[in-house]
Amino acid sequence: MIDPVIASRLQFAVTTIVHIIFPVMSMGLAPFLIYFTWRDIRTGEPIYEQLRRFWTKIFAISFVVGTVTGIVLEFEFGTNFAAFATAAGELFGGPLAVEGMMAFMLEATFLGVFVFGRDRVGDKLYFISSVAVGLGTWLSAVWILIANSWMQTPRGYELVTENGQMVVHLVDPLAAYLNPRFGYMFVHMQNAAVESVALFMAGVGAYFVFRHHVWGYPVENPQFWEATLKIGLVALLITAPLQVLHGDMYGRHVAETQPQKFAAMEAVWETESYVPEYIFAVPTSIDGFLNPRAKELFGIGIPGGASWLASGGDPTAEIRGLNSFDTEAPPVAIVFWAFRAMVGLGFWFILLAFWGGYRWYKGQLLEDGLLHKALMGSSLLGILAVELGWIVTEVGRQPWVIQDVMKTSAGVSPGLTGTEATITLVGFIGVYTTLLGLYTYVIWRIIRNGPPGNDELRSVKNDTRTPDSGPSPSQPTPGAVDDD
Amino acid sequence: MISVDSLAAGPLFGLPLPELWFGLVFTMLATFLFFDGFDFGAGAIFALLETDDERETVLAAIGPFWDGNEVWLVVFGGALFAAFPPAYAGLFSRHYLLMFGILGALILRGLAPEMYEQRHDAAWQRWWGRAFVAGSVLAPFLLGVFAGNWLVGATRSLTLVGLIVGVTLTLLTVVSGAAFLQLKGQAQLPDSVTTYGSAATAGYLLAVVATLGVLGIRLPDGLSALLSPAIVALVMLSIGLAVGYTVALRREQSLRALGAAAAMTYGLVAVVARLMYPAIDPATGTTVRGAIVSTLPLNLMTIGASLLLPLVAVYFVVLYSAFSGPITPEEAY
Repeated sequence: MIDPVIASRLQFAVTTIVHIIFPVMSMGLAPFLIYFTWRDIRTGEPIYEQLRRFWTKIFAISFVVGTVTGIVLEFEFGTNFAAFATAAGELFGGPLAVEGMMAFMLEATFLGVFVFGRDRVGDKLYFISSVAVGLGTWLSAVWILIANSWMQTPRGYELVTENGQMVVHLVDPLAAYLNPRFGYMFVHMQNAAVESVALFMAGVGAYFVFRHHVWGYPVENPQFWEATLKIGLVALLITAPLQVLHGDMYGRHVAETQPQKFAAMEAVWETESYVPEYIFAVPTSIDGFLNPRAKELFGIGIPGGASWLASGGDPTAEIRGLNSFDTEAPPVAIVFWAFRAMVGLGFWFILLAFWGGYRWYKGQLLEDGLLHKALMGSSLLGILAVELGWIVTEVGRQPWVIQDVMKTSAGVSPGLTGTEATITLVGFIGVYTTLLGLYTYVIWRIIRNGPPGNDELRSVKNDTRTPDSGPSPSQPTPGAVDDD
Repeated sequence: MISVDSLAAGPLFGLPLPELWFGLVFTMLATFLFFDGFDFGAGAIFALLETDDERETVLAAIGPFWDGNEVWLVVFGGALFAAFPPAYAGLFSRHYLLMFGILGALILRGLAPEMYEQRHDAAWQRWWGRAFVAGSVLAPFLLGVFAGNWLVGATRSLTLVGLIVGVTLTLLTVVSGAAFLQLKGQAQLPDSVTTYGSAATAGYLLAVVATLGVLGIRLPDGLSALLSPAIVALVMLSIGLAVGYTVALRREQSLRALGAAAAMTYGLVAVVARLMYPAIDPATGTTVRGAIVSTLPLNLMTIGASLLLPLVAVYFVVLYSAFSGPITPEEAY
């Protein structure tokens, strides 16, 4: 049997790594869906109805799977991390409760109207539903990241011993909940979600454009896939450069507030100044891979680069090494390589965006097969980058569950046995593998089936009406229901 | 600017906030058990329906609602965590495998209708239909086991009280589910739905009697607690509601029947809360006042909940009025 502490940590890792995929899809799709809905209602053009209906299906399945995997995470604080929940509940429980009431409720109720209600409600309420769902997904992120940022850089609390147990008491709610870290996390995460969805859209669009224009196969609704590709590319052009810009600011904030994590990101063991940034680092031995030390790796280092990043412009700045901390270092290999892979992907996305933008400008967007292949290959890499970023964030703050306040090992439920923890860990690996398989299968089917054809569209059927007047709620248009 | 000091000085308006939050947490639980309960119940009745059209009608009836309904569980969990952290941590870690059983059932139940609609071949739909039924029945059953264990302070997850409360709760969801399906699917569903509702009500009353009997033995001051005026009144009220429900269902006054089922659900949860108070985790003897967070976060949460819960009510009104009345044949997925 696996030790309950290790099993609980692995289980939380597995359940969050799988869960985050679905919020990334729903948060990232939200602004697109609001835009499609608005254009559909305002113009009545079939392409916007197709875009709205097609991407709503992907949104809906992502939301459902996100709901059921999200409840798991909330429960795990009680089941596996009871000592943490008891000690920090006063600060940590509040944001979770508010998330449920303020955000999750908003998205889940209006999702019903948004997915099933096009023929039941008027245009105005339908548009409001799309905004409410989108707003709900983003508000969820606000409260979850408020809770998480407090664990990274705890403020506004005091430590009290009650009945022999250490308990965190809230003393300054503004300091605790308007944590500076929250701002960096929120901007970086939401932009990442939109960027991931932009990459996904561009990749899926590129696949059909490639088949149609490069291979010359007949493809239904080619203009739909061309629009999807272009919309994805526009969003990528906006989000990709931004992601790197505020990522840099976020990194500097980490260097200031969580020096141990920053040292792990750079694999710096001894405190030094004028530390180079190894953008390309290649391990020359297994040990160099499993136990990276920046100084011993073969790579291209920008002299003073890491110091420059940490200090915001001073290449001679000092970086504290991992050996200077009292506690054991986080798993450096995971943090170091995950950080490099994430940053590398971030720059690749910028290149991809400019490549696509340039071809488009030249009028060759639909013909460049190599670009299409690159986009197809990158369609899931945005989500991968999000995973890597969270791995840096969460593994990098180990051994702390609350930075410098409570160790993760001290947060695990005291009564939990290795047998129980192993059973659920193995269970989750099985269930979540199946879940991911089924989710992929459903997404694949939605893509294969494509957007609704012209004969199914409201905007075509209702063409005699003025674009602004929707059907009256009491008379549903037969057959024009979103779900088939 | 908010003065933090004044918020930390004492409870808002001198209100008994720990007791109010105890009541609120159980109200959230009851709201979850009623709202998600009728779609659990619809899922159980799904097993008894024969034709494709009937089954599609059930899925179409709950389609727009179930996700919003299930969020009440998240809200209940969040509120229990935020207001009574030691109780949340103690209960959830003590009934470790049971909690993951509930989560497993909810995953199955949430996923199954989505999968069911993906393909229209018989074997595929048969298996996902079964998964949907299994999730719909197991979720309230295991939640009932949890609630029973919670009330009597069981340290093991498999107890007689738990099993009986599990059965009670499952039957109650079928009671609600029948009324809901009669309301939404009048034209498409067979009359047998009414029969299932009445049978479930009779079963529910028997299960309540069994629950009270076991509680009388199991609770420390069993009989005297059960014979307290509040409990006797709640039980009498439930019997009256059950009769009213059956009559309304037979007369096809579906909304009235659904209302009676709602009142029965809130009544059952009220009995549990009343028997538990002043403890919130009877297994450790932790009381409401012992588990409550300190004044400042409690006041903040009270302000937050007072602002947000009315909004949530508005969302529900919008959702349920957008999809009011029976579903049309075209909407059946």
